[in-house]
Amino acid sequence: MDFGLSDEQRMVVETVRGFVENELYPLEAQVERDGELPLETGKAIQRQVLDMGFYAPNIPEEFGGGGLDHLTFALLERELGRASMALSVWWGRPSNILCACDAEQRERYLLPAVRGDKMDALAMTEPDAGSDVRGMKCFARRDGDDFVVNGTKHFISHADVADFVICFVATGEDQTPRGPRKRITAFLVDRGTPGFEIRPGYRSVSHRGYHNCILTFDDCRLPAGQVLGEVDRGFEVANTWLGATRITVAAMCVGRARRALDLALDWAASRKQFGQTIGKFQGVSFKLADMATEIDAADWLTLAAAWQLDQGLAADRPIAQAKLFASEMLARVTDQTLQIYGGMGLMDELPVERLWRDARVERIWDGTSEIQRHIISRDLLRPLES
Amino acid sequence: MKVLVAVKRVIDAYVKVRVKSDGSGVETQNVKMSMNPFCEIAVEEAVRLKEAGVATEIVAVSCGPQQSQETIRTALAMGADRGILVQSDEALEPLAIAKILKAVVDKEQPELVLLGKQAVDNDFGQTGQMLSALLGWSQATYASKIQKADGELTVTREIDGGLETIKVKLPAIVTADLRLNEPRYASLPNIMKAKKKPIDTMSPADLGVDAAPRLSVVKVTEPPARQAGVKVGSVAELVDKLKNEAKVI
Repeated sequence: MDFGLSDEQRMVVETVRGFVENELYPLEAQVERDGELPLETGKAIQRQVLDMGFYAPNIPEEFGGGGLDHLTFALLERELGRASMALSVWWGRPSNILCACDAEQRERYLLPAVRGDKMDALAMTEPDAGSDVRGMKCFARRDGDDFVVNGTKHFISHADVADFVICFVATGEDQTPRGPRKRITAFLVDRGTPGFEIRPGYRSVSHRGYHNCILTFDDCRLPAGQVLGEVDRGFEVANTWLGATRITVAAMCVGRARRALDLALDWAASRKQFGQTIGKFQGVSFKLADMATEIDAADWLTLAAAWQLDQGLAADRPIAQAKLFASEMLARVTDQTLQIYGGMGLMDELPVERLWRDARVERIWDGTSEIQRHIISRDLLRPLES
Repeated sequence: MKVLVAVKRVIDAYVKVRVKSDGSGVETQNVKMSMNPFCEIAVEEAVRLKEAGVATEIVAVSCGPQQSQETIRTALAMGADRGILVQSDEALEPLAIAKILKAVVDKEQPELVLLGKQAVDNDFGQTGQMLSALLGWSQATYASKIQKADGELTVTREIDGGLETIKVKLPAIVTADLRLNEPRYASLPNIMKAKKKPIDTMSPADLGVDAAPRLSVVKVTEPPARQAGVKVGSVAELVDKLKNEAKVI
């Protein structure tokens, strides 16, 4: 067993960290203030990352991506997680699911996404279908060779800057002993398709400047060529490719927690009360000890899950454990950081309140903590059920 | 033109350096180490010379412990072609490093040696000059701009209060100042390629160099803590203090 980084991994980490600290941190205050990143600033970040050959690092080399394994990609995400998501979104990591494109779709979607010519977004959630994804009402009916889609999606991250959206839509229903069960199909939907609209979403407490959107389909006609994977097999496509996405959530939480800890350490070592630095008080120092320990634990859970995925081992439970623990750890670590800062931590002069706010969504998106616990416990109990 | 670039592994420039409790040196255990920022600038310049078709091969050389190989790998990821590690676990002084580099130069026969103007750990700022003396080569230190013409370099140097432009004959030693360039981020393809680039390892003894220290460190101490400033109530008080206390006006 080897817990060390290879030379390549070390250099990936150092390079991404350097970029995040030098190029992204200075833009954060403006993003927080405006709740908006000017498009040209985003494009400039994208250009830099393309020039570094670091764009689409998660996509296999055969499609022009960086070809990083899951472990090295998790290390990269960990560093990107330090920065505001309104900025890091421009370090393009197209959805892995695009690898399911057929030859013709590759030319239109996967390769342009890898080149940075097109941005993708992914739409699953609906107002009445959150954790209960199969409860989705967005429906595509057959009309000759085409599909006609009606319905609404919401909470669709960065669809405002997307050129196309990978949309999961119901295409039928099966009767099963446990009741009706929807059949789901994944579609590639271009911005500008008649009947398809990308509208601004809600103002979220987390990740200012990184927008969620509402998508509406009003008799939107999609030719059969827009189906990603096979008709009615949307979840199979998702399960094949999207497990890895949860690791990236865990990794980003770890990176952001380390940034919070660094801030907490700085403050504990410099802020004086009662004639000494507050880090000398056990009430503060033990917090720091717990924070560091929890961050390391989340880090290793995350890297181990990524490693298992690389080894081709069953990784659903490790991934769920990493996502669950890392997102809940981030909540505790940012909360304690704020507590160590006291009143100053609540002021938007410092990044502490932002890290605390941003942490909240991590326990909700990409599968709530409750869904992760469901996945973990089901995996534990299944072999014992008769 | 073959270019040799010297790179040094130092405590990361952004780490708060702590003096060991016995005053024998600074704490390096569990401390983040990086390439000396001025060496990074030297590597960047070499890579730019290669991209401009001036340099044909870049050899990165580092003197230090086994882990200095990481620093060489970073140089390879930035675009150097191969590396040489002269391994020594002893603390190496500028003269020892200059002698080692001279031996490497004798072997490699580069036309140009690029170094950082100084390393941010000990701040000696001597190695380039000593190497130039040992080789009998021209030197251009504190460079902020380098241009190559036939058999010579035009180098702009940063000097007190301005810039000085000089011409030096090749072969030459050039040390890089802060404003020479802005080092690039290593690209992902180059990081992956760096693994396949060769690094030769040798010892000072292999090169016939006696690297034994000539200096001994008597004591290392923290710089004195900076005194807090004072607030003045009025411009008149400020002028009075500047005149009578600080005695600067």
